[in-house]
Amino acid sequence: MRTRRIATGCGLAVALLLSACGSSSGGGGASAPTALGKAEGSLKIIAWAGYAEDGSTDPAYNWVSNFEKDSGCQVDVKIGNTSDEMYQLMQTGEYDGVSASGDASVRLIDAGLVAPVNTSLVPHYADISAFLKDQAYNTSGGKNYGIPHGWGANYLMYNTDVVSPAPDSWGVVFDKASPYKGKVTAYDAPIYIADAALYLKTAKPELGITDSYSLTQAQFDAAVALLKDQRTVVGEYWSNYAVSQSAFEQGSIVLGTTWQVIANLAQANDAKVATVLPKEGATGWSDTWMVSSKAKHPNCMYMWMDYITSPEVQAQVAYYFGEAPANPNACALIADDPTHCDVFKATDADFYKGISFWATPRKKCLNGSGDNCVPFSEWIKAWTAIKG
Amino acid sequence: MTTAIDSPHRPARRVSRFFDARPRWRLAGLLTGPALWLVVLYFGSLMALFLTSLYRLNDDATRITEQMGTSNYHELLTTSVYRDIVVRTIGVAVLVTVIDIVLALPIAFFIAKIARPRLRTVLITAVLVPLWGSYLVKAFAWRAILGSPGGVLDKTFGSSPGYGLPAVVIVLAYLWLPYMIVPIYAGLDRLPDSLLEASNDLGAGFWLTFRTVVIPILFPAIVAGSVFTFSLSMGDYIAVALVGGPTQMIGSVVYANFASNLPFAAAFATVPVLVMVFYLLGIRRTGALENL
Repeated sequence: MRTRRIATGCGLAVALLLSACGSSSGGGGASAPTALGKAEGSLKIIAWAGYAEDGSTDPAYNWVSNFEKDSGCQVDVKIGNTSDEMYQLMQTGEYDGVSASGDASVRLIDAGLVAPVNTSLVPHYADISAFLKDQAYNTSGGKNYGIPHGWGANYLMYNTDVVSPAPDSWGVVFDKASPYKGKVTAYDAPIYIADAALYLKTAKPELGITDSYSLTQAQFDAAVALLKDQRTVVGEYWSNYAVSQSAFEQGSIVLGTTWQVIANLAQANDAKVATVLPKEGATGWSDTWMVSSKAKHPNCMYMWMDYITSPEVQAQVAYYFGEAPANPNACALIADDPTHCDVFKATDADFYKGISFWATPRKKCLNGSGDNCVPFSEWIKAWTAIKG
Repeated sequence: MTTAIDSPHRPARRVSRFFDARPRWRLAGLLTGPALWLVVLYFGSLMALFLTSLYRLNDDATRITEQMGTSNYHELLTTSVYRDIVVRTIGVAVLVTVIDIVLALPIAFFIAKIARPRLRTVLITAVLVPLWGSYLVKAFAWRAILGSPGGVLDKTFGSSPGYGLPAVVIVLAYLWLPYMIVPIYAGLDRLPDSLLEASNDLGAGFWLTFRTVVIPILFPAIVAGSVFTFSLSMGDYIAVALVGGPTQMIGSVVYANFASNLPFAAAFATVPVLVMVFYLLGIRRTGALENL
């Protein structure tokens, strides 16, 4: 976002030009390589904030430099703020790979923007937790399309000085009579509608919501209405993690959904914040490193995927970002917090199944309940209408 | 060496001879580059924008279908939230322009007519220096100023508008102020002091002179400045993201949909283009453009 914001007008024009001239790329034709060649010398990846740290945010957290030294691949990291942004960036064909969440990965596979991955070329794939492998969001038609990175839930963050009692339910962020009016935040992306649906699943059982991403029109309308109520108490929506962090630090926002990494960064700056996993459960992400079907540096990308899933690096990423590492061998190496994997239940397959992982809603319901679910294009439109 | 230069067969010579004899080719050689730039990049991107706006996102948001149609425009015109956003954006642009005119007039007048030459240079530099800083940094700085609680304003004066629509107007008015001061200053610089003195000698007070002498002469300069402040405000999406709180403007909707629904983003992006076309047409009728 940082660079994109500056390259406003002409970037938009060029991107539109590109998309208008050649937007039809067929799906699924690419095949996985059988052997790796020499490193190409550079690598361009799209990553979530905190996934590819080179020491520029905090000198203590730097695992990109070692990779550059070992592999000879210069890494160029582009931060994606939302899955929609990542999907759009991948469409440019400029990048070698992406750390995609489920709401981007399936779309990427369907559109043929990512190539199948030969997991035998990624030695550390063997160590990855079994329950992360061969899932709907990283496997299609029996082919693996990526290497699991890590996973976690979206937490509820609150200012411990201001918010009392400590919340244990998502209800506090949806309450239109909230005492924290104007100081509530929410994630600025259509996928956040799923958070409202998740809350309604327990708050209004009569709606009969079973899956936050498979909503009938009535269920969807209820979620949208709840979010329109929430809009009256929201002080600011966030999609840029640094903006959210600064809002919590200065106290203009005291309550709302977050990623653990934002809480960690704010706490490091002495902000009085804490996170909680509310009793209704949470939406979350399970991320996969995927290789672009137009990758110019596929060898470097394979080397990166093996490097980022090695226990030593997984330990650093998981601790820094605040998530469960995909490779459980990392758990013993997290010296700063030996209980990290217990806290994030990294090896607990049942806990994993309880999280409502980001997925792209479709007309053909994801949970197999029919063909009348509200598709993602409607979620996108509704999100603009919710914000008003 | 000399023989080489004098040689009639030297290629550069031949080229200049060729063009010397053919004035039309000369003109073509001069204009091809800029014309290509204008047609291919400038109109080309506008055309691409328009073409993209006729496509549609499929239901599952996985692909852009290339069946041409006006569904995006239909949606734009029939959904009330988009109308609200357009009205809000135009309102902000008008307000920012008015505020900038009101602020820029006395500042420019002081610089052009009252300040001594040395101070004038210092002041002009002071007006222009902020333009050298990154827009993003300045907008982020306003985040720290306006935050409520915890912002600089709040800590110093005990109150702050916080993030929201007023903050957007304040920040945009700050960001575009130099674009208003500079043309007005240039206009005032061209206004001879003798006119002001003559008006004074004929018994006109300050306001009468201002209304009947200064403003008519400055009008084209003010219009020129307003084109900048108005169009830049119409398209803004960064300031509104940083200090607008949950407020949406045209730019922020285009930005958000750029990632998720490109054809709709393109359709919505034609709205400020149209507004600016009407704005410029309106200005043309006043005759201000001829005097620039």
